[in-house]
Amino acid sequence: MTTTPRVLEIRQKVLSKNDELARGLRDRLHAHGVFTLNFVSSPGTGKTRLLEETLGRLVARGVKPAALVGDLATDNDAQRLMRSGVPVRQITTAGRCHLEAEMIATHLEGWDLGQFDILFIENVGNLVCPSSYDLGEDLRVVMLSVTEGEDKPLKYPSLFNSADLAVITKLDLAEACETDMAAMHQNLQAIRPGIRVFETSAKTGAGMDEWIAFLVEQQRIRPAAPEATAE
Amino acid sequence: MHELSIAQSLVSLVERQLPEGVTRVTAVDMRLGALAGVVRGALEFCYGIATDGTPLQGSTLRIVELPVVIHCPECQADRTLEGVTFRCPVCGTLSGDLRQGRELDLASIEYDEPEVASA
Repeated sequence: MTTTPRVLEIRQKVLSKNDELARGLRDRLHAHGVFTLNFVSSPGTGKTRLLEETLGRLVARGVKPAALVGDLATDNDAQRLMRSGVPVRQITTAGRCHLEAEMIATHLEGWDLGQFDILFIENVGNLVCPSSYDLGEDLRVVMLSVTEGEDKPLKYPSLFNSADLAVITKLDLAEACETDMAAMHQNLQAIRPGIRVFETSAKTGAGMDEWIAFLVEQQRIRPAAPEATAE
Repeated sequence: MHELSIAQSLVSLVERQLPEGVTRVTAVDMRLGALAGVVRGALEFCYGIATDGTPLQGSTLRIVELPVVIHCPECQADRTLEGVTFRCPVCGTLSGDLRQGRELDLASIEYDEPEVASA
């Protein structure tokens, strides 16, 4: 059989299927008035600890949160978060290093989204792979602990640049670790100019009031404007 | 490492776009931005695994790497970054106005089209 070589222009994003799913998820969450955050960080930054504290404080303010927690192998984090009494589901990725929109869709099944105001997605602890995958979130929050070194943003520019917001954790350890906070802020701004940064300690409660006030405010204004998703 | 996932997504995207009757893809052209979070060498390695047993088996993956380009509000111009920080290489202004660098795109494919007589 003879053949003729042909060229076909395609021009599509490799992850277009994930992106389409994520857009659908975002629309669905907005239709139910749910404000969604995707938490990304290295392993051990304190995502779960900050989330524990955040869930408790939001509930105390009459906000109704829910959480999806990604983990490679265990459901330890979900178990911890469930103690807050908030609906929590574990996404075990069986070794996969990131969450994808399809996993979010699957794990939302059976939940009445109308019952929630804020959905937290705790991504797998990884500063590289989650950057490529839109999960349908409104905000991608990158977390960075004072124990990780001031130059972390410079080492992982893809992920830090993709974030909408940064939360510095374990502020109570900054002095013991001799963290140069000014340098940390400078590096965040160098990779994601203009990014809003919160400094927190879930242990002492430092910075938590400002963080919670921000979430409550965003939750109020965000889902009220569904046309904001049109782009 | 998520390059295997990326390679698998690439293969299924090509398969979805493949004209009917085409059984062999000979080359795939991709555009890869410096901020895509994908390691070229790892992707090339995984491509061989992901294409195995598909119409893409044995095809060449050609990758065009794209540097990060920002728009500098001071210079009123697009600038290619020289280092890792989002600073205009000409005037030093920080800018988050990203114009290029996140691409993870399938550009085109080359395939063998069966001739009409033998189709």
